[in-house]
Amino acid sequence: MELHEFSLRELRQGLQERDFSSVELTTTLLKRISALNPILNAFVTVTEGEALAAAATADARRAAGEDGPLLGIPLAHKDIFCTAGVRTTCGSKMLERFVAPYNATVVERLAAEGVVMLGKLNMDEFAMGSSNENSHFGPVRNPWHTGMVPGGSSGGSAAAVAAGLVPVATGTDTGGSIRQPAAFCGITGIKPTYGRVSRYGMIAFASSLDQGGPMARNAEDCALLLNVMAAHDPRDSTSHPAAASDFLRGLDRPLQGLRVGVPEEFFGAGLDPEVAAAVQAGIEELSRQGAAVQSIRLPNNPHAVSTYYVLAPAEASSNLARFDGVRYTHRTANPADLTDLYQHSRYEGFGAEVRRRILVGTYVLSAGYYDAYYRKAQQVRGLIREDFRRAFAEVDVIVGPTTPTPAFPLGAKNADPVAMYLADIYTIAVNLAGIPAASIPCGFTAAGLPIGMQLMGDYFADDLLLNVAHRYQRETQWHRAHPSLQAGEV
Amino acid sequence: MAFDQDSVRRTAHLARIALPPTEIPAVADQLERIMGLVEELRAIETTGVPTMAHPLDLDQPLRPDTVGNHDQREVLMASAPAADHGLFLVPKVIE
Repeated sequence: MELHEFSLRELRQGLQERDFSSVELTTTLLKRISALNPILNAFVTVTEGEALAAAATADARRAAGEDGPLLGIPLAHKDIFCTAGVRTTCGSKMLERFVAPYNATVVERLAAEGVVMLGKLNMDEFAMGSSNENSHFGPVRNPWHTGMVPGGSSGGSAAAVAAGLVPVATGTDTGGSIRQPAAFCGITGIKPTYGRVSRYGMIAFASSLDQGGPMARNAEDCALLLNVMAAHDPRDSTSHPAAASDFLRGLDRPLQGLRVGVPEEFFGAGLDPEVAAAVQAGIEELSRQGAAVQSIRLPNNPHAVSTYYVLAPAEASSNLARFDGVRYTHRTANPADLTDLYQHSRYEGFGAEVRRRILVGTYVLSAGYYDAYYRKAQQVRGLIREDFRRAFAEVDVIVGPTTPTPAFPLGAKNADPVAMYLADIYTIAVNLAGIPAASIPCGFTAAGLPIGMQLMGDYFADDLLLNVAHRYQRETQWHRAHPSLQAGEV
Repeated sequence: MAFDQDSVRRTAHLARIALPPTEIPAVADQLERIMGLVEELRAIETTGVPTMAHPLDLDQPLRPDTVGNHDQREVLMASAPAADHGLFLVPKVIE
């Protein structure tokens, strides 16, 4: 096995035993990035100089007797997390030259543990997309098949982890943006319970849905990262007082007696048969380990996409009102007056999908439509949460596919926004309810594309999801597969 | 429902986005499709169902009112598209 395929535990052991230094590890991965990023386009910004300096500092800390699970470990952040001194673009022309004056809490907490940031990862603009084709910096390509999308919006994070450019990365998930790219790229990712991970310094899309989380090659690495990411933050008023936890503690618990619910609504029309078969086999593995599997209903799940496409654009239209061309964003040349400056800066600075969602959000919040759409969607959101409440009275974990299909070709869904929105049909209800959910690799299609299995849990059952994922990965090999990507391949 | 071109123009004005006239028909078509997707919500029975604005039933927490942010004027102004003497510059608003 090569260095770029090591897990966090193996990397820590190598650093402890002086098999390699953090500087050597960092140099190896930077070389890999410079060879493969021209193909994958996973990084928007590579911070080589800062990374080598941080690695040298980590080596010095280790030489002075310090140790820690993340000391000297390279990673990269989705370019939605603000980094002081390094530009944060959010995948947008609007923020192409924006340098945040402060670090996001997630960035700060990880930096304090001695991680080495290699750069900032590509994403759909303002996290709006399911294919990473909405980035101002161009699409990311799927390492398993470079003609395919990596998923989105955390597509750069998923592709970078899958291709071994970094062992772990941060992502964010508003409607599936960690889980869907994790499924498409064959990695493990978890969207934590809403309120676990601070949103301070994480550029807002839809504030009641946005949640940061780890993306890695296995559940244990996710747990190691989440241990640092999850913490109460007084700078985020929606940060939960009980956000912090030790996600490693229960990782190895046997699954004997675990109650697993399989929702009928996740196996209906539109589900690719290869995905269905792989997920069924994944459920059988949980059953083989002693879980009791039963069928359940989530009757309002079919309304999740339409509910989301009222609420998320409504929140986005409000959040993105701050990008006005005056203080820190793109500004149009030669505006006639102040209104002209706002209107042209916003037209030029935002891409087509972001503009569409702002318009939808503005429309559903406008006079005469508020009750018919926004209020109605908030009520249906409550019904969706009630579905989960009822289900979790009977089962501990809900299992189904993460996505209806494997990764699709670049350009396949660009013409029809609604077709793209339906790629998130199984992930969105989780965000509306605010519960945690993970995606883990559970197989491949005949064409060699990864398939993801989704694990959903009750509020603050993030540790249980990682436990189930870890036990599954002890007995399966899907997460150990690596794409055979060579520099020069197109 | 019909998401006509006038609705697009009105909404784009509210959102302060200068859509060129040539783009309006295509945007109207896309918004029509998106609103067609969400239209199904109107048929769902929600009488007496409370609205849900947020996943967590938490009160807004309070913290001590202490000074935490110190003067960062220069670093805050560094990304400004146009600034002078520590002020953001915009086109003249009052003649």
